[in-house]
Amino acid sequence: MKSYHLDHLQYLETEAIHVMREVAAEFERPALLFSGGKDSICLLRLAEKAFRPADIPMPFLNVETGHEFPELLEFRDRRAKELGAKLIVRSVDQAVANGTAVLTKSEISRNRMQIPVLLGAIEEYRFDCCIGGARRDEEKARAKERFFSFRDGFGQWDPKNQRPELWNLYNARLNGGENMRVFPLSNWTEMDVWEYIKREQLEVPNIYFSHTRECFFRAGQWLPVPPPHTDPTTPDPFEGARPGKEPRKTMVCRVRTIADMISTGMLESPATSIDDIIGEISAARVTERGSRADDKASEAAMEDRKKQGYF
Amino acid sequence: MSQHPIEILRFNTCGSVDDGKSTLIGRLLYDSKSLMEDQLEALQRSADITGGGQVNLANLTDGLRAEREQGITIDVAYRYFATPKRKFIVADTPGHVQYTRNMVTGASTANLSVVLVDARLGVIEQTRRHSYIAALLGIPHIVFAINKMDLVDWSEERFLEIRENIEAYLPRLDVLKDVKFIPMSALNGDNVVELSKNTPWYQGPALLGHLETVHIASDWNLNAFRLPVQWVNRPNNPRDQKLHDFRGLSGQIAGGIVKVGQEVRILPSGLKSKVKQIWTYDGELEEAFCPQSVTLVLEDDIDVSRGDMIVGMEKLPGKNSELHARICWMHPKALAPGRKYFVKHGTQTVQAMVTSIDHKINIQTYEVEPAPAELAMNDIGEIRLRVSKPLIYDGYRANRLTGSFILIEQGTNHTVGAGMLHAPLEPVKPEYDDFAI
Repeated sequence: MKSYHLDHLQYLETEAIHVMREVAAEFERPALLFSGGKDSICLLRLAEKAFRPADIPMPFLNVETGHEFPELLEFRDRRAKELGAKLIVRSVDQAVANGTAVLTKSEISRNRMQIPVLLGAIEEYRFDCCIGGARRDEEKARAKERFFSFRDGFGQWDPKNQRPELWNLYNARLNGGENMRVFPLSNWTEMDVWEYIKREQLEVPNIYFSHTRECFFRAGQWLPVPPPHTDPTTPDPFEGARPGKEPRKTMVCRVRTIADMISTGMLESPATSIDDIIGEISAARVTERGSRADDKASEAAMEDRKKQGYF
Repeated sequence: MSQHPIEILRFNTCGSVDDGKSTLIGRLLYDSKSLMEDQLEALQRSADITGGGQVNLANLTDGLRAEREQGITIDVAYRYFATPKRKFIVADTPGHVQYTRNMVTGASTANLSVVLVDARLGVIEQTRRHSYIAALLGIPHIVFAINKMDLVDWSEERFLEIRENIEAYLPRLDVLKDVKFIPMSALNGDNVVELSKNTPWYQGPALLGHLETVHIASDWNLNAFRLPVQWVNRPNNPRDQKLHDFRGLSGQIAGGIVKVGQEVRILPSGLKSKVKQIWTYDGELEEAFCPQSVTLVLEDDIDVSRGDMIVGMEKLPGKNSELHARICWMHPKALAPGRKYFVKHGTQTVQAMVTSIDHKINIQTYEVEPAPAELAMNDIGEIRLRVSKPLIYDGYRANRLTGSFILIEQGTNHTVGAGMLHAPLEPVKPEYDDFAI
């Protein structure tokens, strides 16, 4: 007898494809947030599955802090080109240069600076919807997030006043100036993402695999030593983020989750394949976000950023 | 397909503040090793600071500042865990004022509902309320977890008494297909993951064993083919002749099975055609089933757009602009006859006016109040609606996807109600039955 049921990845996939097609059908000017990280890599495959043989009917958008791993940027640009998609990049540096963002001396991380840059890009292109790769299992403030997450005219999230979401019926209605963030991977776990990458044989940036790298120890984690600053005519983008007297060592390591270079803790690991990574996650005793400095700022770090318009 | 297909079971847990719901979920997460060290440390920290040493598992997902400050849960939280046999998505809903609205939301996507009953208190109003909502939302499987059995000395008589009390009122609800009763102590872990030595008189599985094995493949409707057209796929590619002419109808199958070569009907137009191709990124399929997302190519080039439904030739759905539905109201501004809303049903949104409220149901006593003036937040009642364009629909009992809708307030765009349609009085009669293309 033939069995008509879906395994867990097929279920998550059909749910996500449905969500992506709702975006294409309900919004006039959607964009897909693509950083080159593992979650957004899955989003791209889902977009192919949702929209082929037609073109993916939305551009990709990425917001750079200026502290990115070079490997990630190379991968991002190449994937967008391979898929024939338009890639829009907006950066904190541009925003500082044209005066729409101001750097805070005391805050080395530009993580929060991504907020005005993202909102600026939404305004510039009049995007009414941005698809993102966030998952509910990642972080507490995300556990209450909707698939279709409403943002007001200032890009703000109001967690206490969210639209209830029932069955597979998503309320996509907006008034002028408002916009939506949509998260097709809401129900995926870190393990699901890697299992999907394995099943779909998706390429991921090589920094997810074990390599040798010089790191230094700061605020409870091993951070990568930033690339040297070679052009003395420009300010050093990593000023303040370079190692001082902290302990240093050359590590065989990889990333489990990618923020930028100054907030991604490196994980000592011999994992050189997707199978190794899956094995490592099954045995892991800390969560993925345990290696993200941007989430450790306070108990409500993510909530505060999200309320202001973060991804 | 992977070598060991692992399915996802979605369940929700219903309980009030002190009946051990957090403890139960915590135990499932902990015993399946889904709680990580940094989470446990964070729990321990918050317990030391605010809880007088008591670990509160709600802190795991009550991540919002207001929730931690006020010790409340704002709305549905989703948690994820896995065993070697299955993956689980748990919709955890808080037990306070907005309970009905949240539970209805969490229940709308659930395969199974776990209703916690305190063995000392037995059936209370909340038990009846939780049972009602599980039945209303058509959850295929329900488990009554008779908890805190250690506090009634593991008495089989007490367990049977509670079971009888529940079985006495179940016939008053819509048909619950699969009902289980499990004696339990979530605190001590009896019959949660491992079978308990304290209940030699209990022959059934522990809760986790039941969750891992309950048959869910037939929870989706596989009887009558339904494809709400979501998006029309037109590559319009001038460089490739084949792609230039490609016209696919994309959507998630909401019921039944479709095969290449099969005759189908497009509703509401009633036009007939045949399935030429089931296109997917992973290659063409010979057949596809609910809830797969596919792209159909038809033999004939007929006008089909978003909001239309492609159906099989047998077991036709209904078509009507006068609708009769049960509704859960979810917004502080009450529902009253004469108000206008948008209805989102399947892949289409139409204007709607509430023409009457037939009655309101007291979900604790199951008594019916006829013709109330309005439905307030968390009320459940029967309403009649007139929509601006006829809907193609099934009764909610037959199909949870083609029988459900949401109401959206015009202007604010708030989602204000969740509706479940009564079965149509008659199937649609296509006007162009003999009309061949």
